[in-house]
Amino acid sequence: MQERALLEMRGIKKRFPGVRALHNVDFTLRKGEIHALMGENGAGKSTLIKILTGVYQMDEGNVYVDGEAVAIHSPQDAQNTGISTVYQEITLCPNLTVAENMFIGREGGAFVNQKEYRKRADEQLQNLGIPARGAQMLGSCSLAVQQMVAIARAVDMQCKVLILDEPTSSLDDKEVNMLFGLMRDLKSKGVGIIFVTHFLEQVYEVSDRITVLRNGELVGEYLTEDLPQVQLVAKMMGKSLDELSDLEEIGSREAVAGEVFYEAEGLASEETNPFNFSIRKGEVNGFTGLLGSGRSESVRAIFGADKVTGGKVNINGKEVKISRPIDAMKSGIGYLAEDRKRDGIIADLSVRENIILALQVMNGFFKPISRSESEAFADEYIKALKIKTASSETPVGSLSGGNQQKVILARWLLTHPDYLILDEPTRGIDVGTKLEIQKLVLQLAKEGVSVTFISSEVEEMLRTCSRLIVMRDRHIVGELKGQDLNQAQVMKTIAGGEAE
Amino acid sequence: MKENLKKMPKGGLGQLTIPVIAVALLVIFNLIRDPGFFSISITHNNYGNAVLAGNLISIINGASELAILAIGMTLVTAATKGQDISVGAAAAIAGSVFVKVLKSGADITGGTVILAFICACIVAMIFGAFNGTLVAVFNIQPMIATLILYTCGRSIAYWINGGATPTVTSPIINAIGSFAPGIPIPMPVIIVIVVAILFKLLFHFTSLEILTQSVGINQSAARLNGINTTFIKLLSFILLGCCVSVAGIIGVSRLGLINHETLLLDVEMDAILAVAIGGNSLGGGKFKISGSIIGAYVIQMLTITLYAMKVSSTDVKAYKAIVIVLLVVIGSPVVKERFEKLMKKRKALLKGGEKA
Repeated sequence: MQERALLEMRGIKKRFPGVRALHNVDFTLRKGEIHALMGENGAGKSTLIKILTGVYQMDEGNVYVDGEAVAIHSPQDAQNTGISTVYQEITLCPNLTVAENMFIGREGGAFVNQKEYRKRADEQLQNLGIPARGAQMLGSCSLAVQQMVAIARAVDMQCKVLILDEPTSSLDDKEVNMLFGLMRDLKSKGVGIIFVTHFLEQVYEVSDRITVLRNGELVGEYLTEDLPQVQLVAKMMGKSLDELSDLEEIGSREAVAGEVFYEAEGLASEETNPFNFSIRKGEVNGFTGLLGSGRSESVRAIFGADKVTGGKVNINGKEVKISRPIDAMKSGIGYLAEDRKRDGIIADLSVRENIILALQVMNGFFKPISRSESEAFADEYIKALKIKTASSETPVGSLSGGNQQKVILARWLLTHPDYLILDEPTRGIDVGTKLEIQKLVLQLAKEGVSVTFISSEVEEMLRTCSRLIVMRDRHIVGELKGQDLNQAQVMKTIAGGEAE
Repeated sequence: MKENLKKMPKGGLGQLTIPVIAVALLVIFNLIRDPGFFSISITHNNYGNAVLAGNLISIINGASELAILAIGMTLVTAATKGQDISVGAAAAIAGSVFVKVLKSGADITGGTVILAFICACIVAMIFGAFNGTLVAVFNIQPMIATLILYTCGRSIAYWINGGATPTVTSPIINAIGSFAPGIPIPMPVIIVIVVAILFKLLFHFTSLEILTQSVGINQSAARLNGINTTFIKLLSFILLGCCVSVAGIIGVSRLGLINHETLLLDVEMDAILAVAIGGNSLGGGKFKISGSIIGAYVIQMLTITLYAMKVSSTDVKAYKAIVIVLLVVIGSPVVKERFEKLMKKRKALLKGGEKA
């Protein structure tokens, strides 16, 4: 039985100066369906969504809701048509209550009946099974619950089409499951959900259909069960799977027998418990564990990013004191932080300035890198890492996520580190760039650089690391090597399976 | 014509567009009002020196203290995302120290002036470091932190000279405040040029510029790149302290006396304004010193224009406010965006026309 289309977009075209963002794209969303919209960065996902939500105006094409042609000229129009969006970054106000957040700017004008709102909010939240109360401050809820409150707000506005743009990127597994529960619930109530994400596993877990875009064109619409994961990746990237298999071959690497480069004994920071850790020259290791298990905190302690409270550190067999990032940098350590926006890019500065920053700091206050020198560095790395930017003077903030990440990688590579720590370098970036970064890690290791590679996608770590340190509740609970490096063993160790 | 358009650098003057347009408009306005407004003449002052005179000279001369303060204020703004509102009071302290040291000797020689300047500079830098410590170490908002010195600064200045407003009469001081023998350009203007060059050299021979901008744009990332963010913020206040002492000394030398109550009164607001008119974000980050300097001249030109139009000194502030509102609104991102959209449409139309 053909289900009735809730939303139809036909022949959508959109041009930006110099770029064809969308060309003849069709998209169909049925009632009670979770529809994943997939594509690499720059494929046109965001543009399509922004057209649907009235942020952009399409150049050509038609949009039908419930079979009727609609014109969406503003976000307000979209809302009135029953299209709601929950964005990647939560756009609610943390210092207001949950109830206020659900009803703010919608009705009642200046005079609001707090009690009434709280009651209605409580009802709606309970209906949807969201563990929050209307009277609670939004900021006191976990990110996942905040995300769900944003969804509850959309539901309360009688939305027919719910767009979730990267809703899971800052949630841990448990929270993701909670969110998926809510999505399935809404689906059963007849809401059509457009789900945009970079996590392939999540697409397969929750979606019914997949639409793939590439370079602004429609690749196709598929039933999720009919499209194997490898094929999806191939369709998104538009190339054969050679590159993927390249990496598979290198996967499950032998342990390296080089000299120990870095060794810490009882290292502790304000955010970690004391731990021991060492890494050899040319070795790639990983820290894994659930969000909040302390994997990021551990590498931050190594780099001196958080206040170090104790421990002994040897580099190349000599004792060193690392209490601030600059100490670590001078000892040959580089650190790509987990949160690219907060801890990585200097958004308003140019690509060139971002690339030379760490080297400049290491050179010192009185040895500025000259303009011509810095331009040469920037051009070299833009070429080497294939950074897509209009010029080296473009502000880094205007680049896509993957390219921003490459700029930060370039920044650290330029310092020629002996030990590079990469915390979630592949988060929120397209599949192609993810592969490039993994390849780069292996290349660096071959050249004798020690690398710590952290990713929330365990597969990526299994492909690149020869040793995996597993953490739980801020303690190291296991170390996996050789034969043990497989998904099942990792999961078991994370979950505390060694007791079995 | 078309060739010329093509040669224009992409994006034109960038953040300097607004201040340069403001200067141009003020110049045109004055020329229409009075074609001879900017004429420069050579006169002889009381000491018999040939010196330049005219409205243009008095504008550039009168803005000297403001321009110097705007330079330091730009750095503080960029690094700390906030402003120092104590510069007027701190200048009064620096001026008082300057006079105190001058008065301590028997007569005023070149040596004592240099010594007095060094003392004033050190004291101003110490007060700068005080402000900087509150901001950089204790994370107090710059306006709140500097409110302390703003409140008590002029009292401290009062104590330094025991409540008196001593005068200093010396050809050297007079030369600093007006003209040096044989140089027809006012000394304060030359001092501005020297300070600007010193800062230019500072940016050339150190990595201060990129470090300051990084701290102002993203402190967390700056720290993780090994930048000592505390030091950069502290340094910006200390450098502003230097500027404050120079401005204070020019102010004292102009009058030949230190009046701790009126010296550079309310100058902090104009200094902040100069930074803003110069196209610098008061929210910190990227900055252009040249913009702030032009901003200072815009403010002074506006004041002199109003005086020339016989606006009473009480009314000047109100008229100034109107023009400043216009400037700030025109320079705001909202207007910029609208304007860029309009230009794009026009370009598209022109292109269409060419094809046809």
